[in-house]
Amino acid sequence: MRLRQTWAVAKKEMRQARRDPLSLALLFALPAFMLILYGYAINFDVRHVRLAVQDRDMSDASRSLVSSFVNSTYFDLVASPEPGSDLESVMQMRVAKVVLVIPEGYAADIGANRGAKVQLLLDGADANTATTVLGYASALVAQTNAELMHGTRAAATAARVAIDYQPRVFYNPDLRSTRFLVPGLIGFILMLTAVLSTALSVVREKERGTMEQLRVTSLRPSELIIGKTLPYLGISLIATVIILVAARVLFDVSVAGSYFDLFVATLIYLVGALGWGLLVSSLSNTQAMAFQVGLVTSLLPTIFFSGFIFPIRSMPVFIQGLSHIFPARYFLVVLRGVVLKGAGLAPYWKDILFLVIYAAIVLGIATARLTRREV
Amino acid sequence: MNQPVIEVRGLVKRFGDFVSVDDVSFDVRPGEVFGLLGSNGAGKTTTIRMLCGLLRPSAGVGHILGIDIAREPERLKRSIGYMTQRFSLYDDLTIGQNLRFFGGVYGLRGAAFDARRSWAIDIAGLRGKEGLMTGSLPGGWKQRLALACALLHEPKVVFLDEPTGGVDPLSRRKFWQLIDSLAASGVALIVTTHYLDEAERCDRIALMHAGRIVAMGSVPELKEVFSGRAMLEVSCPRVLDAQALLERRPGIHEVSAFGTTLHVVVDDADHGRATIASTLAGAGFDPLEIERIVPSLEDVFIHCIEAEDERRDAS
Ligand SMILES: Nc1ncnc2c1ncn2[C@@H]1O[C@H](COP(=O)(O)OP(=O)(O)OP(=O)(O)O)[C@@H](O)[C@H]1O
Ligand SMILES: [Mg+2]
Repeated sequence: MRLRQTWAVAKKEMRQARRDPLSLALLFALPAFMLILYGYAINFDVRHVRLAVQDRDMSDASRSLVSSFVNSTYFDLVASPEPGSDLESVMQMRVAKVVLVIPEGYAADIGANRGAKVQLLLDGADANTATTVLGYASALVAQTNAELMHGTRAAATAARVAIDYQPRVFYNPDLRSTRFLVPGLIGFILMLTAVLSTALSVVREKERGTMEQLRVTSLRPSELIIGKTLPYLGISLIATVIILVAARVLFDVSVAGSYFDLFVATLIYLVGALGWGLLVSSLSNTQAMAFQVGLVTSLLPTIFFSGFIFPIRSMPVFIQGLSHIFPARYFLVVLRGVVLKGAGLAPYWKDILFLVIYAAIVLGIATARLTRREV
Repeated sequence: MNQPVIEVRGLVKRFGDFVSVDDVSFDVRPGEVFGLLGSNGAGKTTTIRMLCGLLRPSAGVGHILGIDIAREPERLKRSIGYMTQRFSLYDDLTIGQNLRFFGGVYGLRGAAFDARRSWAIDIAGLRGKEGLMTGSLPGGWKQRLALACALLHEPKVVFLDEPTGGVDPLSRRKFWQLIDSLAASGVALIVTTHYLDEAERCDRIALMHAGRIVAMGSVPELKEVFSGRAMLEVSCPRVLDAQALLERRPGIHEVSAFGTTLHVVVDDADHGRATIASTLAGAGFDPLEIERIVPSLEDVFIHCIEAEDERRDAS
């Protein structure tokens, strides 16, 4: 690879990118825009969930459980169906999203240390909200549980129960999902800029016929590929910085871990994404086709299979399996570790290894496909 | 000095069962302008792409400046210039930026680059306009600039695939002056074209049809196919009916329709004229005009293609 030739290609690419200020602005503005959109408008935090309570026990203990729900501000008590009334219709009529059923003998069971049962009915139509609500409810029950046990049993047992729910609370104490969104957004935006801009820039040359001209110059394939992807690597890194700054200014989310770790992980992920963009360009002959193939094969999986918006746990087993072949899943795990937990890279070596292997394979195939001589 | 710089023997290119280039052989010497003439799909571009190392020949050998086209495509690319059929520069870069890019690609810098850049701007007639957007240039200027960009590394062998497609006649003339001056400086050029008037400007021409070279030589040599015979141009109504009538007459070799006239190849001009007049006048083709003409390259082309098709049908 000769530097002068590579640089000539990179410089040309940057000049062309500059001539298209609209796309460039879009690349830079989109991250902040999406952060605002997801952070404010589509709020994954769930508050004031309509709650119906069927209290069949009517004891002090049951009333105290209900008030712990209401006082949490996550739930608003909207109805108290009589014992024996049709609970399903309460949900069907959308009177309430959640119904808490406290059976008779609740107080007696607690008093006798038998372990009391409560039932939670949940409207699962909105899986995302449901998961969150379930988490709140479990935490509230556990908290009540712990308080009760503290009075009656040894502290050791109580601690065991409390620990069950600690991870959520620990890493995201306010249950604020914006924190969770930042790493997801970085993974998403990088896919957008890296895959689509690379694929489109290569296919544009195919469409205009300049690719054939470049192939007959003495430009080596490595010079062409590196020269073409380098500018988009830079643009993607700038986009990452913009997201981080926006997250800090708008949502007070800062990087807990080291910036160097973040940079290394992002770089590895980006190389794979650029490789995927090149691969897409080798499969498409028109920009429209490259755009669609790029969208379907990288953006959608990044949104749906990475745990960015929809928790992987709540997906069908088949989809869960599918999510393993997309790099965003691994990148997000690493990013959450570095950005939210302040962890280093060491605990995530398996995820990073996957990203490295992914990048190597994709880049290898793409290079082979783009530089192969027609037979 | 006059050794061929392009030597092609038995070049074949198959795409699956389809033979795109079939047993093509020719030589080109330094300073020579070699024309590849043929209809759409004749195999001109495919031939050139093999010669540039972009396509691997299915059979046959080719040497350019002594480099084997199949074995050393990378070395080959450094020594040749190729302006593709669809070549356009980057419209969204300025003239100067396009030149700088291609200069960089060819590894030119410093004084060497400045000299070539200056040469390119003069050739394209764009001095003082380096800051203009390339996309805003008229076709003819763009074409000359494109040629200059493809020649920045001073190749001794140059391929131009339909370089004047979609360019106005005046610009085409200017472009051919450029080709002539390159040839005068010792560069060997292969130029493909659809235009017969351009073909006449080549030193030698190969007529390609369905992948084969059906005739090759200088324009006067090619016209020899009609030597010893005469060509008559017949103007009359219902030319296709007239053609059918004439084709079976003795002493008449070929009848081809050219719009509203027929070109008829006969053994002897006077005798042929009499035969045609009697055949057509008797059948009511009126008004009738018969005139002796000098065969054009187009006549040669049609003659060769028909001969080739007949030969194929026979075998
Ligand atoms: N990569 C390919 N795969 C299959 N067939 C091809 C390929 N390239 C060319 N052909 C076929 O080979 C034939 C010759 O094409 P070629 O482009 O060489 O013709 P041409 O003489 O340059 O025509 P034109 O004047 O239209 O440029 C055409 O029928 C074309 O469809
Ligand atoms: Mg062609």
